[in-house]
Amino acid sequence: MTGTKRAILVHAKDTVATALEALPAGDRVRVEGVGDAPDREIELLEPIAFGHKFALADLQAGADVIKYGESIGRATQSIPPGAWVHVHNIESTRGRGDLAPSEGAA
Amino acid sequence: MGFQGFVRETGVGVRNHVAIIPAVGCVNEVVLRIASNVRGALPMLHHQGCAQLGPDLRTVTRVLSGIARNANVAGVLVISLGCESVRAEDIVKAVEGRKPVALIRVQTAGGVTKAVAEGIERAQEMALSGDAAREEASIAKLVVGVKCGASDTTSGLASNVAVGYAVDRIVDEGGTVIFGETTELMGAEDVVVRRAASPEIAKTILRHIQAMEERAKSMGVDMRGSQPTPGNIAGGLSTIEEKSLGAVVKSGTRPIVGALEYGEAPDGKGLYFMDSPGRELEFLTGLAACGCQIILFSTGVGAIQGFSLVPVIKVTGNRDTACRLAEHIDVDVSSILRGEETLEAAGERLVSEVIRVASGAEVRSEKLGYDTRGVNSGIYVKGPVL
Repeated sequence: MTGTKRAILVHAKDTVATALEALPAGDRVRVEGVGDAPDREIELLEPIAFGHKFALADLQAGADVIKYGESIGRATQSIPPGAWVHVHNIESTRGRGDLAPSEGAA
Repeated sequence: MGFQGFVRETGVGVRNHVAIIPAVGCVNEVVLRIASNVRGALPMLHHQGCAQLGPDLRTVTRVLSGIARNANVAGVLVISLGCESVRAEDIVKAVEGRKPVALIRVQTAGGVTKAVAEGIERAQEMALSGDAAREEASIAKLVVGVKCGASDTTSGLASNVAVGYAVDRIVDEGGTVIFGETTELMGAEDVVVRRAASPEIAKTILRHIQAMEERAKSMGVDMRGSQPTPGNIAGGLSTIEEKSLGAVVKSGTRPIVGALEYGEAPDGKGLYFMDSPGRELEFLTGLAACGCQIILFSTGVGAIQGFSLVPVIKVTGNRDTACRLAEHIDVDVSSILRGEETLEAAGERLVSEVIRVASGAEVRSEKLGYDTRGVNSGIYVKGPVL
């Protein structure tokens, strides 16, 4: 197990981390920071599949979700730390022809 | 740093193919029959060339001329029906006097049977005369395309990062690199603006991104499921913004010195952007038309595509993909995520692979004979078919 990273934080500003292996619910997982991003520890509320994301902080509905130090979309509901973050609780703000112009403009 | 290539007037080739180019999709069958009878001849099939508006016809002509000029092409046979909108002689003119080229019009030849017979003869002559030896050439003579496809979250964390490292190295050696996939810059605009060599270049790229987004929005639906694709979403990518920010990493960190139209040849050295969709058929064809002799292709869940004319080096940061799709993967960099290899070491392995392949080593897709029938090429057009 030594040296094996289980989860990664790409940028210090990020509010989500990425699983580098399948992580079970209830695990207290160590998140390794890249570059100057700090290492963290967090307890998972749900199982996280390889390559999927989980919240590091409390994300309010409508808040920007940050990865790579930039917004990757917004939360569609409140997301607690340790919860799985994916298409069921965040959405893109780009290329949204389904939204009214004022709402869809990024 | 150098490689062993075929020195031609249009650049240094890493392969020695005869390209059979249809001026219009109507003659694809003729092109296919000729190519299947001549070893080393490749059919560059597409579905364009007629009943289209001016800008699209210019794009088709630019792309087909670019493929004819590609340094991996030793000889060119253009097949025309005779009544199409694209002017076949424009494609001939792009290389005339610089490499062997011939034009056959099916209506003039007297039909498919005669055109095929004449075409086989012409293509065979070119295949026999194109028997050149490789010579030492500088890496500055390379034009390398970069692409990511069937991405997952490992793409942005490992394979694209390693490709970006290799891109920086190639640019620093005086070479040229082309990236594109306009859709996959949505959400990564800040990165583009920061790295554009001039405000004009930044403005041009932003205009292309905006135009792509407007066209997507004009369909009146949510883009998700199209970009990111269902495969991307299964792999953990939630939004186009996340995909874009992970994708742009593969263009490295050097200044973007130019913004090219789809299939346009760069006018100098360094890193260029090409306006293009992310879909493989049209994007790989566009890179070939720009003059790329090699393509570095990063994948997560496992893109299988090669490209007939241009060797495609497939790179993954997903260990499972590297094992399950071993026959398609040339370089596995999942070691970066496991903490077993530094990014620099993995990136250097990629640079070595580029030089090895440029000097003649076959990539996996070539060994598999992927796309010797030319069905994996296509031209990106924006207007209606009339």
